[in-house]
Amino acid sequence: MSKALTLTVNGQDHDIDVPLTTPLLDVLRNHLGLTGSRYGCGLEQCGACMVLIDGRATYSCSREVGTLAGRAVTTVEGLGSAAALHPLQQAFLDEQAGQCGYCLSGMLIAAKAFLDQNPQPTRSEVAAALDANLCRCGSHPRILRAVLKAAAKIHPKAA
Amino acid sequence: MTGLTFSLKDNPQLDRWLRFQDDRTVRIGTGKVELGQGVLTALAQIAADELDLDIGQIRMMSGNSIEGPAEGYTASSWSIEHSGAAIRVVAAEVRALALARAALRLNAAPDELTIVEGAFLRNGAPSGIDYWSIAGEINLSAEATGTVPPRPGSTYRLVGTSVPRIDLRAKLTGSGFIQDMALPGMLHARTLRQPGRGATLIGLDEDAIRRRAGAAIQIVRIDNFVAFVGVDETAVRAAAIAAAACAVWENARALDPEQAMPDWVASQPSIDQRIGDPLPEPAPDRVSVRFTRPFLSHGSIAPSCAVALYRDDILTVWSHAQGMHPLRENIAKTVGLSPNKVACHHMQGAGCYGHNGADDAALDAALVALALPGQPIRHMWRREEEFGYEPLSSAMAVTVHAALDPAGRPVDWTTEIWSATHGQRPGVGGAYLLAADALKEPPPERKPFDIPLERGGGATRNGIPLYDIDAKRIDLHLIHDVPVRTSSLRGLGATLNVFAIEGLLDNLAARAGEDPVTYRLAILSDPRARRVLEKAAAMADWSSRDAGGAGSGLGLGLARYKNSSAYAAVVAAVEVDETVRVTDVWCAVDAGLVINPDGLVNQIEGNIVQAISWTLMEEVRFGLEGIATVDWESYPVIRFSDMPEIRVELTEAGEHPPLGVGECAGGPTAAAIGNAVAHALGIRIHDMPMTRDRIMTALMA
Ligand code: FES
Ligand code: FES
Repeated sequence: MSKALTLTVNGQDHDIDVPLTTPLLDVLRNHLGLTGSRYGCGLEQCGACMVLIDGRATYSCSREVGTLAGRAVTTVEGLGSAAALHPLQQAFLDEQAGQCGYCLSGMLIAAKAFLDQNPQPTRSEVAAALDANLCRCGSHPRILRAVLKAAAKIHPKAA
Repeated sequence: MTGLTFSLKDNPQLDRWLRFQDDRTVRIGTGKVELGQGVLTALAQIAADELDLDIGQIRMMSGNSIEGPAEGYTASSWSIEHSGAAIRVVAAEVRALALARAALRLNAAPDELTIVEGAFLRNGAPSGIDYWSIAGEINLSAEATGTVPPRPGSTYRLVGTSVPRIDLRAKLTGSGFIQDMALPGMLHARTLRQPGRGATLIGLDEDAIRRRAGAAIQIVRIDNFVAFVGVDETAVRAAAIAAAACAVWENARALDPEQAMPDWVASQPSIDQRIGDPLPEPAPDRVSVRFTRPFLSHGSIAPSCAVALYRDDILTVWSHAQGMHPLRENIAKTVGLSPNKVACHHMQGAGCYGHNGADDAALDAALVALALPGQPIRHMWRREEEFGYEPLSSAMAVTVHAALDPAGRPVDWTTEIWSATHGQRPGVGGAYLLAADALKEPPPERKPFDIPLERGGGATRNGIPLYDIDAKRIDLHLIHDVPVRTSSLRGLGATLNVFAIEGLLDNLAARAGEDPVTYRLAILSDPRARRVLEKAAAMADWSSRDAGGAGSGLGLGLARYKNSSAYAAVVAAVEVDETVRVTDVWCAVDAGLVINPDGLVNQIEGNIVQAISWTLMEEVRFGLEGIATVDWESYPVIRFSDMPEIRVELTEAGEHPPLGVGECAGGPTAAAIGNAVAHALGIRIHDMPMTRDRIMTALMA
């Protein structure tokens, strides 16, 4: 039933031997040791598990790994590291955007996918883009500020 | 003389709180744990200031039942008041001991010495010695005496500044949670929950479950406790999902949707208690209004998780619960081990906002670990398990009664409360961990108990208005027979009590023909309460508030949390058509001495956002077989597109002791929205959540 599969995560190829129906999230966390993508509901309802697949924010909790041959997966670990933060991570840190922090990986991923499409968004565009991501701590106002700040940093508006 | 603080009396030994470590850091112990509120950063600031250290030289050790101080649960916004005060006293005392020792070594007078980043300077020049070089000469196993006064506030370097959260960088880069723990040989576990106390498992189709798992799993059965265990988390999860349909129970709990209604709860038998001033005889004419709210879920974004290992006769448990010393006692008692054979260590989890499934998941993991000695067990609840089996916040009804003087001001006040308990943390009042019900000899059923008002109150929290009223009382009807477990959710009874009190006050202001702010100020002598009220009103440009009734409204709410902690005044602006949209929130808080302003504002913002969610959309419903709201579709919470602009300001109150703020703004926010909706519609909605249906019903009436 299981079959070797080559999965590209954060630019690296991994040969993994799991049933093709295994959720991507389990492969990331338990086989590749990438714990940044988080389990929240397993139901595509909260966004804690979001990763980029070919640049698009996708729920990894119910995405079967067998569908991902030849696709590029990016997790929060692929954005930046503690020593070299991505501008979005830096902006979240600067705004202290987070309380418990459990939702933040998914937020960063959703924000990254969005800013790649819409580099100079308004506050309400950011809110609409992140609407599928739940934060139970109420860090939303800071997350909105952080995403706008990162956008300004990545693509400074022409004067 | 400073004396010993609350937490220090229980844990007098200095090294429970403070140790010098070989890597030139200082380990500060606390029994309080990080729940996302930033407490570890604030406590590190206090310690670093007192010891003349850089914040980076502090290592926080929190929630360690073996080496750290026992400080009960991290609850009710006590952390800074209790743990912070103890750390301050201990750090001052250790600094003085170290300074005396250094003076002796250097043959100097103590006042020639200063400390910078842990190094002793003599008349400003390096002396060659520091804390760590003399640490061996200081007896930290001694007890604190409380005789060294902490430094004066004027000399704080870090306290009062917005030091960034020490844990956030890790959480932005993919680590930092208990869910991420991976021990060699670790197995994953999931449970099949017993559907209520007294339910007996009479059949379990293990073959079918194994087939559905798709890979090898073990099934651990202890009486009516069942767990699925294996190396493959995917298989274990699949087994647990399949299990419900493969199990036959006798005496499973039956619920009725009706039982989720506040009116049903309020109609059940109760234990009645009057707290406060006697009711005058004959009873005066009174204005009475009734308010309700439904059962609420904590709704942690992550299902509860725990890791446990039973090896060499010691049961070690890692948990994100709110108190590791209580957890150790509770687990030891349930599994029949002596507490010194159980070690509990706190690991951070997702925000819990009170007593959720965290403690129960820890017992589950422990039971599996005891059944499979030598193997680390990582146990995680399923999403529907968290919604379906965590303790809920009780549905409540509150009727506020006021007798008025000729000017229309209240002279006599009763807050009459119907609620099940808000205090059912394991070990408190006979409460216990969930899976204990599934074992051969379940603990005796607990007796009705709620947190007494002098300890902050449960259902009664904030039931006494802070206004100048001649006679005030609470009439509590503590309901004992609700068919679900209820316990503490951020704010406890305060959310509805403040919603009700502030709602009636607005009605009374309208009767008297007065502006709500003016009316309140006329019956409010507490200067700190006046200050936050006036400040929030100014922030919101209250004086430009119109007559209302045209679909947009401005409302306010005010309370001092627990009547003894932080003051919060909130003004909310709403737009109401078929639904309520909160567009702006202004909030002023007096938290006494502020340790970390940005950290406080962050917590207050979060509390406001969560309270908007409670007020407008959250409601647990029951089905025939259990709780029906078991995912985020059936239990919607606030999202980005619902987000108002929120502005929070702290009032200058550094001369007062620091007060916890994590729960202070919830009740006032709910009240402000309730009052703003009444202002917008000209009709008051008395029941939370203020959903579309309720708005439509009110508009039709
Ligand atoms: S865990 Fe994937 S959406 Fe919640
Ligand atoms: S910060 Fe806790 S869920 Fe978002």
